[in-house]
Amino acid sequence: MVPTSYYILLSAALFTIGVLGVLIRRNAIVVFMAVELMLNAANLALVAYARERLSIDGQVLVFFVITVAAAEVAVGLALLVAIFRTKRTTDVDEVSTLRG
Amino acid sequence: MDLILFLITAAVALIGAIAMLVSRNAVHSALFLLLNFAAIAVLFLLLQSPFLFAIQLTVYAGAIMVLFLFVVMLLGAEQVEDTPDRIAWQRPLAVALGVGLLGVAVLAALRYAPGIPPGGAAAATFGDPAELGRLLFTRYLLPFQVTGIILLIAVVGVVVLNQYGRSKAALKPPPGD
Repeated sequence: MVPTSYYILLSAALFTIGVLGVLIRRNAIVVFMAVELMLNAANLALVAYARERLSIDGQVLVFFVITVAAAEVAVGLALLVAIFRTKRTTDVDEVSTLRG
Repeated sequence: MDLILFLITAAVALIGAIAMLVSRNAVHSALFLLLNFAAIAVLFLLLQSPFLFAIQLTVYAGAIMVLFLFVVMLLGAEQVEDTPDRIAWQRPLAVALGVGLLGVAVLAALRYAPGIPPGGAAAATFGDPAELGRLLFTRYLLPFQVTGIILLIAVVGVVVLNQYGRSKAALKPPPGD
């Protein structure tokens, strides 16, 4: 078996790449993808620890995270489409005002 | 054998994530993210989670990525970052903070430093989808039902958001048209 710490290190690296994606990229859809990457990194750590402790509860938690992520993506992408209808852009710098 | 498989899959996952970060085209970003999701699904299989492997492939690599690609192509938003950055000092700061976060996370991971996962008879039957399903309908019954309500609210929210945009666009044409 692979040591659990290897999985945790990989999860930390993936999470950092996701954070960098949110901070650096300006295309709102790519920012969204980076958020999904962070969720996946957290899921990987949860499954690794579930295997370490031989407790299947961690896998149940990952199941819930994936379900909520699916709902979040649907609502977020609908928001992006609504923003695009009024602003004609998906650049997050262009939608920095809260006025409609 | 497991270690070689893990190293190859981890390399694929990291390459997919970094390529998603640096590629200029949003469609390429989505496809690299798909590669990353598939690699993570294989890691789930290595960690004895066959159910999550299937869920990861169908929900993430299937449904969610199709939704992403659909919206990217619907909006024609492949390349919107051709204008110069308005807050140029943000990028080096973000890289510095990201490296700092990685350092802290690696320190935290190594401080606990779990070793080889335990083997034995309990490990041989670990990750049975039947056991996971039994837990979902007994100990986690309430959260399971709450996720159903969350999905329902998401569906209603998407419909409401799109109706709001449509009625507003009908009243006032968007600027630039």
